[in-house]
Amino acid sequence: MSGPLQQLDYSDLQQCMHCGMCLPTCPTFDATKRERHGPRGRIALMRAVADGDLVAGREFADEMSYCLGCLACQTACPAGVDYAGLFEAARAEVEQSGLPQTPARVLWRALTLRFLFMRPWALRIVARVLRIYQKTGLDGWVRRLGLTRVLPADLQRLEPQTPRISACFSDECIAEEELPEGPARYRVALLTGCVQDIAFSNINRDTADVLLANGCRVHTPAAQGCCGSLHGHNGEPGLAAELARRMLDRMPPENYDAIITNAGGCGAHLRHYSRVLAGDAEYAARAAEWDRKVRDIHEWLVEIGCRKPAAGEEAVVTYHESCHLAHGQKVVKQPREILKSIPGVRLVELAESSWCCGSAGVYSITQPEQSGALLKRKVGHIAATGARFLATSNPGCHLQVANGLRAAGVPVDVVQPVTLLARAYRAERAEKPVGAERKH
Amino acid sequence: MALSETALSELAGLVGAENVLWRPEDILPYGFDGTAALKERPGAVVFPADTGQVAAVVRWAAANRVPVVTRGSGTGLSGGSVPSGGCVVLCLVRMDRILEVDPNNLTLRAQAGAITLKIDEAAGVHGLFYPPDPGSMKISTIGGNVAENSGGLRGLKYGVTRDYVMGLEVVMADGRVVRLGNACVKDVAGYSMKDLFIGSEGTLGIVTEVLLKLLPRPAARRTMLALYDRMEDAAETVSAIIAAKIIPCTLEFLDRRTIQCVEDYAKVGLPTDCAALLLMETDGHPEAVRDEAARMEQIARERGARAVRVAGSVEEAQQLATARRSAFSALARMRPTTILEDVTVPRSELARMVAYIAEIADRHGLQVGTFGHMGDGNLHPTFLTDERDTEEMRKVHLALDEIVERTLELGGTITGEHGVGLAKKPWLRRQLGDASYELMKQVRVALDPAGLLNPGKIFD
Repeated sequence: MSGPLQQLDYSDLQQCMHCGMCLPTCPTFDATKRERHGPRGRIALMRAVADGDLVAGREFADEMSYCLGCLACQTACPAGVDYAGLFEAARAEVEQSGLPQTPARVLWRALTLRFLFMRPWALRIVARVLRIYQKTGLDGWVRRLGLTRVLPADLQRLEPQTPRISACFSDECIAEEELPEGPARYRVALLTGCVQDIAFSNINRDTADVLLANGCRVHTPAAQGCCGSLHGHNGEPGLAAELARRMLDRMPPENYDAIITNAGGCGAHLRHYSRVLAGDAEYAARAAEWDRKVRDIHEWLVEIGCRKPAAGEEAVVTYHESCHLAHGQKVVKQPREILKSIPGVRLVELAESSWCCGSAGVYSITQPEQSGALLKRKVGHIAATGARFLATSNPGCHLQVANGLRAAGVPVDVVQPVTLLARAYRAERAEKPVGAERKH
Repeated sequence: MALSETALSELAGLVGAENVLWRPEDILPYGFDGTAALKERPGAVVFPADTGQVAAVVRWAAANRVPVVTRGSGTGLSGGSVPSGGCVVLCLVRMDRILEVDPNNLTLRAQAGAITLKIDEAAGVHGLFYPPDPGSMKISTIGGNVAENSGGLRGLKYGVTRDYVMGLEVVMADGRVVRLGNACVKDVAGYSMKDLFIGSEGTLGIVTEVLLKLLPRPAARRTMLALYDRMEDAAETVSAIIAAKIIPCTLEFLDRRTIQCVEDYAKVGLPTDCAALLLMETDGHPEAVRDEAARMEQIARERGARAVRVAGSVEEAQQLATARRSAFSALARMRPTTILEDVTVPRSELARMVAYIAEIADRHGLQVGTFGHMGDGNLHPTFLTDERDTEEMRKVHLALDEIVERTLELGGTITGEHGVGLAKKPWLRRQLGDASYELMKQVRVALDPAGLLNPGKIFD
């Protein structure tokens, strides 16, 4: 039986002509200086598996787990290698290889990928329980009494990293249909994400606000569920395809001028539904239209000519690039442009701004050591800027960097560019003596 | 052929167990370098920490008659660091320290595994300059540059790696450590032995440390793009600039296909509808730069340039140079396999050679992208093909053979800056003639009688 790597178009693997231009941009190669931990080494291993010269065994699996999937190599690659596609195939190969799994890993994958992130309602139940746990202060007591010791070691480490659940979910603070004050120039759909939806619904609110302030009519279907990026990146292409179909049914792309995402990691996946659904004749045309219309929020705002706010706040801001926004979606200049457009904001460049912070999806759980090293490096650079705000645009980075800053005692607040922009628009309204209420 | 467990444990005793790789997943990625369609599996890969460990591994290899293939970052373009089956790959990336910058003597001392770009950056801190800038400078090692005598975009004015090597530390085939050359600008004490090792492709000894000459960093620099509808006009511009007694630091050209691929990658606004493009750069005293840039622009216009664009900022200039450096890899976008050549002819023959390459490709029905260092006659015709298509690969080899034939007729060389390695080996005797070819082999046998250092490279 041929695996996912053998089913690839072989020329995708040949596309890598092993020139080595990717090496200096790869965080894991940088850490070890070993070829197998760099992009061209990993591609060589994938090609060996496709050639039948290597069995995708434990070492191969470990290597694909060690790769962050940050896609910095894809930006560096002059030859245009589609590393994201190769990497997803390699991870799927690992899942299908029948390697012996630990019962804990089987359970966690089943619980998260197959259960929680396939069912928005289930994820919300967990979030509600967590919200109560955090809101009542129970979490503090549990930690103080040392009750986390009953958890397995992995969970003990992760427990303090659990995201703070928002006071409301996105559909509780964003109406399904919201209209701008003046005439609507565009009709857009807003993707609320899954983690963003429960932990950062305020950012979704901010996103809706800046869209409204720029003449967009915003359609935000309730309880949207996961876009499938987690599944695609973790070797479950079948589940990813199912979630993509659901999304297309829920938000038919023909209804919108643009489909807006504000999470770098999701966006990189969302723009490639035609690849996720390759071979699905029924959905092919829709997926292609979807891909054409997906826009990162910053990209969209700059494209339609983002209105400069009249008010703002004095602050030094630095910007950390989400890997999948910068390398996956090639959105680099736009978030900076938006930050610079806010009156009072001074943007200070962050050293190695597009170097991964170690969040990388579930990487902080699966590879805590390397993740921690990258976080430390990132926190050091942030502290050196002297900024008050670190802007970034992905919930994974947001949580990781905020935890890192807190642990290091660095007094920098993590925000998203749209939040600062939304605040500026709000400040502008507050300065205006009379203003019509937003129509719903 | 795998190495025995005893062999592996002896190597572990020399460099530490964590610095010996032998598992298939670990060593397979060391089976190739930047050259297309060449790969072989080594027996083990070892990472020495210092010259002493290099010498120990070489002595061990000599005693056990195991071949040693030295490697830096593996970006070579002639197969120079492709392992021979079952060999020990001696990978020097741990020896990456820049040991000293001496602003009084304008020198820099570094270990062989130091990255080329870092060397220039370290020099830059003192207002100094290390000019050789091979396309892979962001990751290539200085040891590899010395072994291949690498060139780069600035060869026309500043020469190649050889012109900057003042001294070397070399581990010989029997494990002896020798130091050759010194920080003196003048030195005629005996044979210039260091020169023997520059460009020796790891076949005569293993370079472990280098002493490099630095220059003052040019105070000004101006970068321009000239666009042409006819390749001949670009070539004539180059001849005219040189005839006008201007030596720019860079005169690079790209043909239409290469321009399209580079623009597709770098998105720096290159027009994809012109037949040829010249990237011209002049550096030095601000007054001289201003004057030369103006004259070069005028010459380009007189010779039919459709437009001349001057880079408005340092960033834009850097972007353009970086885009040019990516040319070879960017051509890989077109087809699965890219076969890169490195033929070089006297400058006066350049236009003729470029036209001939296009003609050969047409005749064989092959896709070719040509770019290169027009100022120094060094061309990189790159065939875009698929190694699985045996019929097309046969045609590529025929075409290469004809290109080499013509190059030699015009008084050129089969390789300007990539080295012979495995890729150019079939043509070396033809270029050198029997007597010089045998002389080279004699040198090799004298220094490495057992033939264990990078066997099968340069000659069989």
